[in-house]
Amino acid sequence: MEEKVIKNDVKVKPKKNPKDKLFKLDRQPLIISSSPHLNTTDSVPKIMWTVIIALLPAVVLSIYYFGLPALWMMSTCVISAGLAECLMNKLKGEEFTIPDGSAVITGLLLAMTLPPSFTLTSAIIGTVFAIVIGKHIFGGLGFNIFNPALLGRAFLQACFPVAITTWTFPKTDVYLSKIVDGVTAATPLGLFKFEGETSDLFNMFWGNIGGSLGETSAISIIIGGGFLLIKKYADWRIPVSYLGTVFLFGAIMWWINPKYPDPTFHLLSGGLMLGAFFMATDMVTSPITPKGAWIFGIGAGILLVVIRLFGGLPEGVMYSILLMNAVTPLINRYTRPKFFGEGSK
Amino acid sequence: MAKKSNSLTYEVVKGLWNENPVLIQLLGLCPTLAVTNSAVNGVAMGLATTFVLLCSSILISVIRKIIPAQVRIASYIVVIATFVTVVDKFLAAYTPDISKALGAFIPLIVVNCLILGRQEAFASKNNVGRSILDGIGMGIGFTWVLTLLGMIRELLGEGSIFAISIMPESFNTWLVMILPPGAFLTLGIFIGLSNWINERRVN
Repeated sequence: MEEKVIKNDVKVKPKKNPKDKLFKLDRQPLIISSSPHLNTTDSVPKIMWTVIIALLPAVVLSIYYFGLPALWMMSTCVISAGLAECLMNKLKGEEFTIPDGSAVITGLLLAMTLPPSFTLTSAIIGTVFAIVIGKHIFGGLGFNIFNPALLGRAFLQACFPVAITTWTFPKTDVYLSKIVDGVTAATPLGLFKFEGETSDLFNMFWGNIGGSLGETSAISIIIGGGFLLIKKYADWRIPVSYLGTVFLFGAIMWWINPKYPDPTFHLLSGGLMLGAFFMATDMVTSPITPKGAWIFGIGAGILLVVIRLFGGLPEGVMYSILLMNAVTPLINRYTRPKFFGEGSK
Repeated sequence: MAKKSNSLTYEVVKGLWNENPVLIQLLGLCPTLAVTNSAVNGVAMGLATTFVLLCSSILISVIRKIIPAQVRIASYIVVIATFVTVVDKFLAAYTPDISKALGAFIPLIVVNCLILGRQEAFASKNNVGRSILDGIGMGIGFTWVLTLLGMIRELLGEGSIFAISIMPESFNTWLVMILPPGAFLTLGIFIGLSNWINERRVN
């Protein structure tokens, strides 16, 4: 509403009557509105589509490494997310919110957290769950407590625990790809946890490892995430504190006992990069205060290392972020800045 | 409300939807969540609870004037526990499989707040006839919700209803639906839907 008023304001051109200065002022409509008075040109669609652009490097690299199945998976998830969004809009009797791009992001992010061999029908179930239960049941974009994409993945993990942890190796081996459709392979984290093997850090950086579609290549996510940070559409404090805590805590544990993986391995393995840059920074589900953002990142980092080193699962990015999502309202409440003149309690 | 709230038919009908014990009053959620991992368990639990509810409603309604107010809860528990023992032994004798599947939740009907709640709120204040109608209505309301929950969870979690497989072979079962989180999810969606329907009916 407010935006419209201001747009009209710009368009109104006072009739030229240089003699009468008061007349000129008179033609300006008087705007009385509540705060905020400073407006930015950013809007929800603009931010969302920028995030999608930032995801493109990871999309391209995952199609390069995993082939067409990756493309099918992502398009299936995006399309089903869009359809679910339309359905919920229709049921709730509101305007169609497809153009704001948030459903596309949810579908795309969910697809990137799934293993390449995952069946498409199951992926659709997860996407519909993410949109309907994760977002619209809570009241739509801006009201959801949990990151919808991660909630969808958590649901899939609970539904199909075997299928979601069956990984195939990227098809970059020319000889192998002629003989077989895919080779099952564990992720570096799984290899480390259950077999005690380490993986080559160089391959982990470029993405030539087993894993989910979008999480294997650290470099593509750093490029996209860096773009988001420069555009200031993601709070830099969250990835910095999240990755920093994982690195520090991982280093301490490695120093105490070298049987734990070294901190660089922690940073490059699993979905940490994807989670830190694209999921933890979700504007809706992360704290709004700077202090809160630090707490959020540090908490998620500690949870992640604890789950990875002492938990039953090899990977904990999803649960660490979801758990911190759950306490975000509490963090917001306790890091609320004081009003000027408000006494200490 | 279309029907008069004190008519005899309303005493039965109210339990089915308007004052449904699970969807509206949120009573007896422990067995609702715990045993509805298959349709058979849902039906068995619903019927067992209905029997206990009906019998104790009759008995307590009969003796409601001689129970001292100070010890009424204890008296209700004794009456309810009697009928629960009957159900427990009956199930163990005739349907040992179901008895094993329901396990501790049959004895736990004693502390089901649905039964205690109906005694306190209804049977101790109304005559025997109305108490019977109330017990039947609440029991059927409880049973249909449990059965439907069990059917949905069994269908998605194991691809069958009443142990008859109906999903195609290629169907990937949703493991979560037969685990506790599935119960919370399904019940939450149920209650949400019923609230949504009620809201639309009012408007």
